[in-house]
Amino acid sequence: MIQLENIRVDFAVRGQSVQAVDNVSLSIARGEVFGIVGASGAGKSTLLRVINLLERPGAGRVRVAGEDITDLRGGELRRARQKIGMIFQHFNLMQNRTVYDNAAYALRVAGKSKAEIARRVPEILRLVGLEDKAQAYPAQLSGGQKQRVGIARAVANHPEVLLCDEPTSALDLETSAAILDLLKEINARLGITIVLISHEMAVIKKICTRVAVMDGGHVVEQGEAYDIFATPQHPFTRQLVEHTLNLELPPHLVDDRQGTILKLLFLGDQAEEGVLSTASIRHGVAINILHGKIEYIGHRAVGLLVVLLTDSPDAPTGLPFPLRLQAALSYIGTQASHVEVLHD
Amino acid sequence: MIEQWIAVNFSPELAKQIIELAVDLANAFGETFLMVSISTLFAIVGGLPLGFLLHVTSRKLFWNNRLANVTGNFLVNVLRSIPFVILLVLLLPLTQWVLGTTIGPTAAAVPLSVAAIAFYARLVESSLCEVDPGVVEAAEAFGTSPLRIIATVLFPEALPGFLRGLMVTLISLIGYSAMAGIVGGGGIGDLAIRFGYYRYQTNVMVVTVVVLVVLVQLVQSLGDRLASRADKKDV
Repeated sequence: MIQLENIRVDFAVRGQSVQAVDNVSLSIARGEVFGIVGASGAGKSTLLRVINLLERPGAGRVRVAGEDITDLRGGELRRARQKIGMIFQHFNLMQNRTVYDNAAYALRVAGKSKAEIARRVPEILRLVGLEDKAQAYPAQLSGGQKQRVGIARAVANHPEVLLCDEPTSALDLETSAAILDLLKEINARLGITIVLISHEMAVIKKICTRVAVMDGGHVVEQGEAYDIFATPQHPFTRQLVEHTLNLELPPHLVDDRQGTILKLLFLGDQAEEGVLSTASIRHGVAINILHGKIEYIGHRAVGLLVVLLTDSPDAPTGLPFPLRLQAALSYIGTQASHVEVLHD
Repeated sequence: MIEQWIAVNFSPELAKQIIELAVDLANAFGETFLMVSISTLFAIVGGLPLGFLLHVTSRKLFWNNRLANVTGNFLVNVLRSIPFVILLVLLLPLTQWVLGTTIGPTAAAVPLSVAAIAFYARLVESSLCEVDPGVVEAAEAFGTSPLRIIATVLFPEALPGFLRGLMVTLISLIGYSAMAGIVGGGGIGDLAIRFGYYRYQTNVMVVTVVVLVVLVQLVQSLGDRLASRADKKDV
């Protein structure tokens, strides 16, 4: 649906040229919800604006729905943009127009007939759950409702692609979740391809099927959301994921430990409890669970456990503790997807 | 009827004075009204497009054109930096060329219009700067043409500012028009200067100043009402 090839965007900042996006290539399939995640200043917002050429790339090609739009200008570019919806962090609604007029904006720009607009706008307001607010002004709405108007405006003209620029960053947690659900529903019901940027892995996790991670103008990692989340490769991605999982231990637990602290990762349907109890019984080590959670990405689960392995007073064999620990570690290693020793 | 009432209630001398002042005031009011309405009309017809030009040719907006922007700004700044009394005299040849005369309220309306265009253009431009660039970006993202952005985004979003600016312009023009007496333009301000200042008729000056204060208050409250009706930012 969307192909970006070797995109480069340079900005002139106080006479110096800064590369905001450096040689980025992405391919986004029809019907996907594609996430671009990264810290602020990573170039993700610029990259998103390249897709509808609000930002013209210095080099590279942009293809949307099979058409190379990189060199389009004037009326041709405007017609191409009418097939690409966009929503914004700060909603960008017209303050002096009603909800109805804001939602009708893209239709009017596309030159739709009065009758068609009068039919489509109530329909689209119903979809976003604002049919009773048609005559209200944006200032009378809550943040979540404003974003719903933004979404109504963006999808009114049946776009093939919806670009979302940090759509939930100005909203509270609960409202964010509702907006993300709405986007998911729109993706499923209308089949619109969604490209979403966010600095929060939590947002990506909730809605995206695939993800690209950006850092310093580069895409450092991309793949299935589940894989990126379960087995991040790049240090920056790992840091992002860890931040989201929030598996921090209180310092006293780490300082006063009398054994080894492990972080275990279980993917899919691997049975966690079974592995730990078997390891405990068979190798004579006591296992304490310090922290743990199960995250669902799509319908697949990622299980994470932080456990403390100590000497068990009733060990069955006469082997010294370090050897038993070693055996337990290697047994767990064969059963879990990933084992990381946090503290020896 | 009023004349009768005055004749009954005041001494003949005072009654004569009051009636004369009333006639003078009515004439002066008419002259001020003529000068201010002509120049306000030009402020809208000329200042509004000029303000838009200054805005859309600046920054990263769609018609980024440095030459047009710098030229426009220079022109507006020059006109705004010349004191109005000087402008009145400087533009005499223009007035002569346009109207064939340099005397009377219509003649004074020529330099007033020139000043009004420059003044209002600056206010229009600053109102346009207040429009959220994100809204313009959104319109661009939906494939809106530049002219359509001007008509459907910039104009309605900045309209409250335009109305407030227009009232500021109108009130400044009422002030400027006092200087029109130099070219025989007349008007309320001129009345105050001629009778109140040169002839030491303090009562005339007080009356005219009161009339001016009332006029300005009326204009301002009308403007506030219009602007807040157009402004939906905090409803």
